[in-house]
Amino acid sequence: MSDWLNILQDPNVQWILFGCMLLGLSSGVIGSFAYLRKQSLMGDALSHAALPGVCIAFMLSGSKSIALFLVGAAAAGLAATFGIGYITRHTRIKQDSALAIVLTVFFGLGIVLLTQIQHSGNGNQSGLDKFLFGQAASMLLSDVRIMAVISLFLIGVCTLLFKEFKLLSFDPGFARGIGYPVAFMDQLIMFLIVVAVVVGIQAVGVVLMAALLITPAVSARYWTEKLGLMVVLAGAFGALSGLVGTFISANGNNLPTGPLTVLVATSLFVVSVVAAPRRGVLSKLLLRAYVRNKLRGEQEKSVLQAERKETTV
Amino acid sequence: MSTFWIILTGALVASTCGIVGCFLVLRKMAMIGDAISHSVLPGIVIAFLISGSRDSLFMLLGAAVIGLITVFLIQLFHQSGVQSDASIGVVFTALFAVGVILVSMYTRNIDLDLDCVLYGEIAYVPWNTIEIGGVDIGPKAVWGIGLALLLCVILITAFYKQFKICSFDPAMAAAVGIPVALFHYLLMGLVSVSTVASFESVGAILVVGMLVVPPATAYLLTERLSRMILISIVLGCASSVIGYYLARMLDASIAGSMICVAGGLFLLALLFSPTHGVIFRKIQQKRLLA
Repeated sequence: MSDWLNILQDPNVQWILFGCMLLGLSSGVIGSFAYLRKQSLMGDALSHAALPGVCIAFMLSGSKSIALFLVGAAAAGLAATFGIGYITRHTRIKQDSALAIVLTVFFGLGIVLLTQIQHSGNGNQSGLDKFLFGQAASMLLSDVRIMAVISLFLIGVCTLLFKEFKLLSFDPGFARGIGYPVAFMDQLIMFLIVVAVVVGIQAVGVVLMAALLITPAVSARYWTEKLGLMVVLAGAFGALSGLVGTFISANGNNLPTGPLTVLVATSLFVVSVVAAPRRGVLSKLLLRAYVRNKLRGEQEKSVLQAERKETTV
Repeated sequence: MSTFWIILTGALVASTCGIVGCFLVLRKMAMIGDAISHSVLPGIVIAFLISGSRDSLFMLLGAAVIGLITVFLIQLFHQSGVQSDASIGVVFTALFAVGVILVSMYTRNIDLDLDCVLYGEIAYVPWNTIEIGGVDIGPKAVWGIGLALLLCVILITAFYKQFKICSFDPAMAAAVGIPVALFHYLLMGLVSVSTVASFESVGAILVVGMLVVPPATAYLLTERLSRMILISIVLGCASSVIGYYLARMLDASIAGSMICVAGGLFLLALLFSPTHGVIFRKIQQKRLLA
């Protein structure tokens, strides 16, 4: 126990814990809206699509500055959301195919650029893939500061525009009818997802960032029918996964933080599937058993009554 | 000679994925390929830990088993009320995380790193050959993917009608007595076999791309399923040939260039397709207005 406390007192671990918690919190909040709008896999597509942006940022600047990478990744992410939106709106191709097309083509382009950079003999390139596959343990105080500011920004926007996002998630037609700028808000939500993904990539990596957007939101959906509560729960689940994942990872055994965080989130999901009230597996079984018993009792009663009638007659 | 083998491998992957991918695009399950190609990682690692060798057969088996488990879990969560895209996301990311943790726990000192498992390199295909009775019969990858292609062709031609009805109208398929669930799992099995057979040698990204991009391009060009399959095979092969030479020219990743060419062809179809292209539709609208 004292070992754990010692680890917690290490300022470096504290930063990482704080950073991962914030990351889980903000991606849980954004993820809830993405889930309700049936765009869960958007996070996956966007985090892959960031690769060419990062490569181009590196090629243009020649330096490995995190801020430039973030700008490049965000630009590529926005281009990807625009591409996905354009394909789904203007052709008969459905959203899932559009996502997959944009994901693979952007990632393929990114790989081409990456190999170009590697073959061009620039000795400075070696950290590029690390950026994409994520290393929470290498986060610095400055990174955590950036993450904190951006997470607060994300959560702030979601709180301020909660009513609008709610309407947009459940009934976009009505939202358009009462004069909301639906297309703009669509793009705004996409932009928020892009920001969350871009910030998260360097901490947990491409694939696992997608999990942080999806899994807490799906778990939260099991516990409640109210959007406000769901968003809060998803944020809490995300933060808890970040916290516990980082904690286990910091506790020796040298396991990577990102996958552990995702596994904690997945265990929360499994708990939700089993134990959630009303929608969970257990409560459904209990309800079924209760109804069956009740029905059986009523049947027995009616049989008894029928017999009693016969005897009186 | 190595050029020939690389292009042949690319074309075989493109054909296998093109056939299966058409059904995925039609059934709105395009992201399944991406999910399977990530989630097979724990299967590969476990197979490696049990067998102790990097023998492809064991790894294929492990990967195929996990691929089917992935599909089963996705279906399970979907039926219990989770949206299908979210259940895909939850399942594959969780399995991938398990895989990464297994890799970092057990195989740190062994010759199995993430890059070589996940991002096989098509450029090395010609050097990994099989010998039977002392005679070199060509690269292992060509045989593996060739077998997968053969399996796909046989099953799809044998049950073409059933697959077609299941893709377009599952309710009607159930009504006329076709075992819809069986064909769903058969298709998913084919997807996992072709994904797994291809990605070890050519890399996950090429497989996922070939599963979706050429079929979606073909979807913009025709209204018939049989033609759509043919077009997507042709487009896939064309992108692997052009992509190879593009990669030679640019000195870049071969798989990446193949995907870029496929993406370029998609863009062309998106703009200039005679029936569904953006530009031709605009012209048509103008003509109607005038």
